[in-house]
Amino acid sequence: MMRPAEFKNPEQEINRFQRRLAVAGGFVLFAFFLLFARFFWLQVIQHEHFQTRAEDNRISLVPTVPNRGVIADRNGVVLAHNYSAYTLEITPSKVADLEAVIDELATLVDIQPKDYKRFRRLLEESKNFESLPIRTRLTDEEVARFISQRFRFPGVDIKARLFRQYPLGELASHALGYIGRVNDRDLATIEKHDAEDNYRGTVHFGKTGLEQQYEFELHGQAGFEQVEVDAGGRAVRVLARTAPVSGNNLALTLDTKLQQVAEKAFGKRRGALVAIEPATGGILALVSMPGYDPNLFVDGISPPDWEMLNTSEDRPMVNRALNGTYPPGSTFKPFMALAALELGKRTPQQTISDPGYFTFGGHTFRDDKKGGHGVVDMYKSIVQSCDTYYYVLANDMGIDAISAFMHKLGFGSRTGIDIEGESEGVLPSQAWKKKRFRKPEQQKWYAGETVSIGIGQGYNAYTPIQLAQATAIIANGGVIFRPHLVKYIENAGTGERTLVEPQPLRTLFFKPGNLATIRQAMVGVNKEGTGARAFAGAEYVSAGKTGTAQLYSLKGAKYEADKLHERLRDHALFIAYAPAEQPTIALAVLVENGGFGAQSAAPIARQVLDYYLLGKLPKAAASEDAEAVEDE
Amino acid sequence: MNEFSFRPREWWQRLVAPIDAALLGFLALLLGYALLLLASASPERLNNQLINIAVALVAMRVAAQVPPQRLMHLALPLYVGGVLLLVAVALFGDVSKGARRWLNLGFMRIQPSEIMKIAMPLMLAWYFQKHEAMLRLRDWLVALLILLLPLALIVRQPDLGTAILVLAAGFFVIFLAGLSWKVLAALCVGGLASLPFAWTMLHDYQRQRVLTLLDPEVDPLGRGFHIIQSTIAVGSGGILGKGWGNGTQTHLEFLPERHTDFIFAVLSEEFGLLGNTFLLVLYALIIGRGLMIAANAPTLFSRLLAGSITLIFFTYAFVNMGMVSGILPVVGVPLPFVSYGGTALVTLFLGVGILMSIHKHRMLVQK
Repeated sequence: MMRPAEFKNPEQEINRFQRRLAVAGGFVLFAFFLLFARFFWLQVIQHEHFQTRAEDNRISLVPTVPNRGVIADRNGVVLAHNYSAYTLEITPSKVADLEAVIDELATLVDIQPKDYKRFRRLLEESKNFESLPIRTRLTDEEVARFISQRFRFPGVDIKARLFRQYPLGELASHALGYIGRVNDRDLATIEKHDAEDNYRGTVHFGKTGLEQQYEFELHGQAGFEQVEVDAGGRAVRVLARTAPVSGNNLALTLDTKLQQVAEKAFGKRRGALVAIEPATGGILALVSMPGYDPNLFVDGISPPDWEMLNTSEDRPMVNRALNGTYPPGSTFKPFMALAALELGKRTPQQTISDPGYFTFGGHTFRDDKKGGHGVVDMYKSIVQSCDTYYYVLANDMGIDAISAFMHKLGFGSRTGIDIEGESEGVLPSQAWKKKRFRKPEQQKWYAGETVSIGIGQGYNAYTPIQLAQATAIIANGGVIFRPHLVKYIENAGTGERTLVEPQPLRTLFFKPGNLATIRQAMVGVNKEGTGARAFAGAEYVSAGKTGTAQLYSLKGAKYEADKLHERLRDHALFIAYAPAEQPTIALAVLVENGGFGAQSAAPIARQVLDYYLLGKLPKAAASEDAEAVEDE
Repeated sequence: MNEFSFRPREWWQRLVAPIDAALLGFLALLLGYALLLLASASPERLNNQLINIAVALVAMRVAAQVPPQRLMHLALPLYVGGVLLLVAVALFGDVSKGARRWLNLGFMRIQPSEIMKIAMPLMLAWYFQKHEAMLRLRDWLVALLILLLPLALIVRQPDLGTAILVLAAGFFVIFLAGLSWKVLAALCVGGLASLPFAWTMLHDYQRQRVLTLLDPEVDPLGRGFHIIQSTIAVGSGGILGKGWGNGTQTHLEFLPERHTDFIFAVLSEEFGLLGNTFLLVLYALIIGRGLMIAANAPTLFSRLLAGSITLIFFTYAFVNMGMVSGILPVVGVPLPFVSYGGTALVTLFLGVGILMSIHKHRMLVQK
């Protein structure tokens, strides 16, 4: 039997075709119904959900970063401020082929290898969807050129950013510190302060110095813009705006001109100087040489610059004034003398006969002056810096009595200055040694070790700011203030000032006679003693004390500075305050490897005091006195 | 002199003689709608699209002039030529965006797979007409071969969108020619069974597209971005839409290809469910008119051709709207008569022209 399909039967064939056509038509209707159902689902039932998502797409809350507060010195001289500049930024998550895009951008905007390297480094550091600068400080011409081609670069945009600028460069860099891009550690800090919302758009964070310490004062309150954005994340128009509130300004106790004089006096030498206003604890100058240019850090420091700052033998990144610890040498003697008076171990009139050495336990401790100073009372011991006097004294007092007294003056403790990075230093005592060493034979304190403590050597190690602080205590009669750099915080909007009150931490009640003896002796130093050459012809009466901190044990051989490698030379120190009767400034100077104190540290102190008290530099200002004799 | 005298009325009548008023009427509405959307999505392209439409209408008018018998003679050469060009593409074609689809002829670049959209139904309809008397198993197998040969070449390019359209065109002819339901059912089962195998044959990016469809949120900024954003556009349109020119997804550049493959998302966002329904109705009318033409066509060839062409319009529309609304994977199929672009428009209007020709010539044959 044959199948019907094999016949040519037009009628039947047309019927079958039309049936098939009807099936197809039915299928079309069914498919369209399916589509309609899908549309109904999306557009009616799920409409609200998608409506919200479209709005979320469209509207973005963009934080506007507030102006960072300005830092100015006590006279209003600006030390850190902001300027606005355009940056070209890439949001890496929105760009598929970064290399290609950067190559393309390079045809419009000058992109140097260092820009590229910095971008790469930022890219490695960043984890979120933030935009990263490929170029900063675009010229107007470059901005115009990019804007005209912007559509070709999704995920790339021009942003107006505020940049920090330190107009005086290296000046007071260790006090100011610097800001850099927010890193993980900063994020943790921000989180701890519950400030994530306020920092959403913030790119920079204070890393060291005042910028770090007062970060949350300086930052300000972020504003927000409700903007309509396109798929490239670009703002199309602003729908609503909450203005940011500028950060608070800092007015410092620092005197820029004084700082300049001090830094200049150091020249190329390494060292530190801390000048304090004795009546308030306000820091007048905080020098750590060499400094660095904080401007280098603002855009993200370039690897070669960073390399240079970090590997330099001069270690410019170390804040020597706060972090460096040095034996105080003979500058320790006035404090030893005060201790002796207060503890009743000596009277001012009591004398010793100095043969030029002191023997203890079979060991001979030498005085600098061969043959000794003869008959020495307390005044002479300070003015001429007699070592033997203090060998004997230290031995008489014992280490724990010395330690207890020095602790009250702040030696071996952080002063609490309002920037970070302070070292404690070492105030030796029996307890300290027990804690410091592991082996029992090392943990024991030997009486012989006390002897050199008396002249500021041995385990003694203090920061320049501790020394300045102790000098200020002598200068102001025993009141201890917390040293501070910020005088007041000014609200940028209202102008309202929050004074940082001078905080007397405590007062040491010395017997007035005792203090007078010490102060008189320190005046003597600058009048007829080791500081006399440096202060010759001064128009005011000052008090001081020279010091030399030995770095290199010569084991009895004669110290000859010229023959020693520069870096093995002694550190030179000088402490001073002036005017002697009503001191308005107290300071400590340290010159690393500067030889002895009268030679290099005292002339620096002279310049600073002259400038502060008289507004001028000494005639024939010399920061180093080559002819000064070692007489300490 | 008299013969050349100016008689505009007569010229006009001759111009519009082969035109099917109903079909062109529906299409005119659709084109107007399309231009309205383009004016919102990408107004700078309006002039170009008007030129495209003009060219496409000329193509339609020319095709409408050609009687179906003449078309039959064209079937074999067009098909063979098309296959040869596809082979040439495979050998010397230009690679663009990872696919080898274009053939550079020196003065112009052509995409031979586009020719297949017309050549395939022509060829199969011609083949079935030729063996009208007796359709044996062998004939079905040959038909299958005719379908699969160019299809394989297109899939290889790869061009999934065109492959689907060519496959659909061929399948509709075979279906309308009366392939038995049993075989159809068997093919369905076989097709389903071979899915895992087909899966391994797909390119990575094609597999990703399918996976993305199943869960676009896996990679919302990457592969899922298109589907998510177009679905948001559709859904946020609501019943009445956001209004012409007010689509935020459209105008803030969240929609990819908003003037071409994703123009339906613009429609959905700005005119809502109402606008979508209007479009569905227009398509239904055009397809209905096409099926009517097919039903009344005099020869097997013209019936099969008309039916297949009409159902291709449907395929275009369904695949595109399904893709934009997130129920089909993303393949490069434009919204017929609406998406911006000349090539697809000319191909589609050639199809329309053929439909019109079949319709106008139905009486002549019968007489």
